[in-house]
Amino acid sequence: MKKQQAAFIDFFAQPLSRAAKVLLICAIVPVFFAFMFPLWNMSFKSNQYPNPLRMSIYANHLQGQKTADRDDLREINSLNHYIGMRPILESDFAEFTWLPFVIGAFMLLILRALVFGRIRDLVDICVLFVYFGLFSAWDFYNKLYNYGHVLSPDAPIKVQGFTPPIFGTEKIANFWVSSFPAGGSFALFAMAGLLVLALAVAVWRGWVWYVSARPPAQAA
Amino acid sequence: MSNHSNRSWLLHPLSGWVAFAVLLVAVYIFSCGPRPGVETRRGGGAATGGAETGSAASAALATYVNPGDLDEYYLFYSGGHSGQIYVAGLPSMRHISTIPVFAPYSATGYGFDDATKKMLGGYTWGDCHHPSLSKTNGEYDGRWLFINENANNRIARVDLRDFKTKQIIGPIPNLSGNHGSAFVTANTECVLYASRFSRPLGHAYASIDEYKTKYKGVVGAVNVDPNSGEMSYGFQIVTPPYDWDLGSTGKGPSADWAFWTCYNSEEGTGQLEKTASQNDRDYVIAVNWKLAEQATSEGKATDVGGIKQLDPAQVPGLAYLIPAPKSPHGVDVTPDGTMFVVSGKLEAVTTVFSYEKMVAAIQAKNFTGTEGGMPVLNYDSVKDKEVQIGNGPLHTQYDDKGYAYTSLFVDSAIAKWDLKTGTVLDTIPVTYNIGHLLVPGGDSSKPYGKWVIALNKLSHGQHLNVGPSQPECSQLIDITGDKMKLLYDAFTEPEPHYAQACPASLLHPIEVYPQAENKDPNAIWDVKDAGVARNGTKVDVKMVAVRSTFTPTSIEVNKGDTVSIHVTNIETTTDELHGLGIIEYNVNVVIDPGETKTVTFVADKSGVFPYYCTNFCSALHQEMQGYLLVK
Repeated sequence: MKKQQAAFIDFFAQPLSRAAKVLLICAIVPVFFAFMFPLWNMSFKSNQYPNPLRMSIYANHLQGQKTADRDDLREINSLNHYIGMRPILESDFAEFTWLPFVIGAFMLLILRALVFGRIRDLVDICVLFVYFGLFSAWDFYNKLYNYGHVLSPDAPIKVQGFTPPIFGTEKIANFWVSSFPAGGSFALFAMAGLLVLALAVAVWRGWVWYVSARPPAQAA
Repeated sequence: MSNHSNRSWLLHPLSGWVAFAVLLVAVYIFSCGPRPGVETRRGGGAATGGAETGSAASAALATYVNPGDLDEYYLFYSGGHSGQIYVAGLPSMRHISTIPVFAPYSATGYGFDDATKKMLGGYTWGDCHHPSLSKTNGEYDGRWLFINENANNRIARVDLRDFKTKQIIGPIPNLSGNHGSAFVTANTECVLYASRFSRPLGHAYASIDEYKTKYKGVVGAVNVDPNSGEMSYGFQIVTPPYDWDLGSTGKGPSADWAFWTCYNSEEGTGQLEKTASQNDRDYVIAVNWKLAEQATSEGKATDVGGIKQLDPAQVPGLAYLIPAPKSPHGVDVTPDGTMFVVSGKLEAVTTVFSYEKMVAAIQAKNFTGTEGGMPVLNYDSVKDKEVQIGNGPLHTQYDDKGYAYTSLFVDSAIAKWDLKTGTVLDTIPVTYNIGHLLVPGGDSSKPYGKWVIALNKLSHGQHLNVGPSQPECSQLIDITGDKMKLLYDAFTEPEPHYAQACPASLLHPIEVYPQAENKDPNAIWDVKDAGVARNGTKVDVKMVAVRSTFTPTSIEVNKGDTVSIHVTNIETTTDELHGLGIIEYNVNVVIDPGETKTVTFVADKSGVFPYYCTNFCSALHQEMQGYLLVK
């Protein structure tokens, strides 16, 4: 048991292969796109809004489509007040503070992995990234749930609590509501993919080294 | 021989003739003329061959604009004595909106809020005839639309950025019946005006017997600030008491000149239809407006009735008179500025005058006399050609292919003729009795062509019967082919005279006022800032209008207070207008998104007076209300 534990620890203590490190460096690149493009886009289309109302959630801010003739975020809040929904305000999104912080932390972890370069460091990053991803998804769903269910009791139009879609298109009252990931999310997916690929390459190389360093006799 | 059996009458010799007669009558009734008791609807007019299915379908296609698509051109009609401007689209000819100018218009609250009330200056109506788009290098530039006002001697400027009337200048001193207006010079340096009903200057009194000596006409212009469009008094010239009718500004070589026609050079009074129509010729006045401006700034003008006025006798080279056919109604400078066309409405002749020849005649001093201090040029020395055009010719417009179109009031038709040869190529009847006509861009140096719009005076029988008070008829006619083709009859409110049209791409109006542009000191942008402030008997209310609430929802004042409500519509979305109407206080203002309006009134009635949103805004528009409590 102790031998297996030791072997396990030894395996992951191996250095990251050069290929894995290269992939790790590549994983940094998508981060810029994660901030440049929205993470998620929502649109609201109806007969009287044939040109849909659009709202984008970025990693660090909220943005509605804004033209000379229409400020979409204000318009969405204007319409939502009839059903008692809380106004969507950037100040209500703590995410815009911790998301950049977390992504920054990942950059530091990647840097650390490049410097100290052990397979276990990459495992840490991947596990944390998965956790980050799952938490973000839950958080997004929770926010949508709250907006749709915490409705003012004295709203002029009483509607049953609803959850706007996290993915896909749904009809809510007279609106077709669409919700889809955008460039920023794809960047983060790419980053996840590169991290996983880096881990796969590191583990494969590590196995090759590990096996070559230990004579077959000891394995028996 | 008579036979008494049942069918004996069939064999009677006379029966054949009777049968034949019956057949003839039957053929007559069923082949031509109306059946008794059945109303016939005339088709497209005898000359155009009636509305056959094929031509009706192609005309419909030429005017149909698919739902969701937009018209290609703006059409701005003058509203005549309605005092407003009507905006329609081409080719659909649909009325799109009304721009209130000289009369209150509760639909948009024009004339009810403090700013527009002040602009109207106490007048509740106006008579506007001739709209004019602003120009740069003789071409429309889409900045402003000017329009004259005949009854109260004013000119208005509409800003085409938001389609609102921004300034009304006047009553202009000494001007009387501002009809020959509001024509714009080639670079919008100034806007013309002229007196239609001569009267004593400076509001002096003189009896009608002294018409020839004490009554005077004036022609002049207001200057336009090139940046803001703000109008200010420019030159004015005193003339004998002729009735100045219509004007036209020069372009290209003639850009420094302005032209007007007059009738009643007889200086008649009483029954003008007789006394003003005795002479065979009246006059065109050619004014060097550049020189007029210069002379005025050089101090050659004297103050008359509050405005600087020039006497042509004192300023050589200022103005010249050119004889024109009897009681001319229109003068129209050609797009290249080399000719001006004048039609005598009581003659069947249109005269083409040459600007070059006019300049030569002036140089050579080819004068036949002097009137009112102005040299009268020799008619034949300025005339280029005369066109035998038809009965009652009035106005001429030009297309982009070298053709001219003249309206014929008496013939109730339009004549198309070649400017170079003077040959009439086509005529088309119109319903009925056309006044002005418009080829889009036809009074600029770059006509757009495509159509001529007939602005007719009588519409009877062309529309559903709506009783004695009838609308006006304007007709869209295609001019792209050799022959003119009637496409559509449109009916408007009373009473367009002239119009202007430009491509839709020339204008870029806004639909929401940006907050940054709202410089009103009483504008507020948050419901938190709304409230009532009292200063003695003056109460100022700052109000916010946004779907679907007015804040504050109640206002308490004392009887006798002067109440000013400053309401801001804080919406940022197009078409989200709110109206504020106060029951029994005769108040209605409509506030556009991003706009602030102030309405001031004395709370002279005590009691409780609801106020509510008058312009439909939202699902809960009915609930958008409040109470004015007057103790």
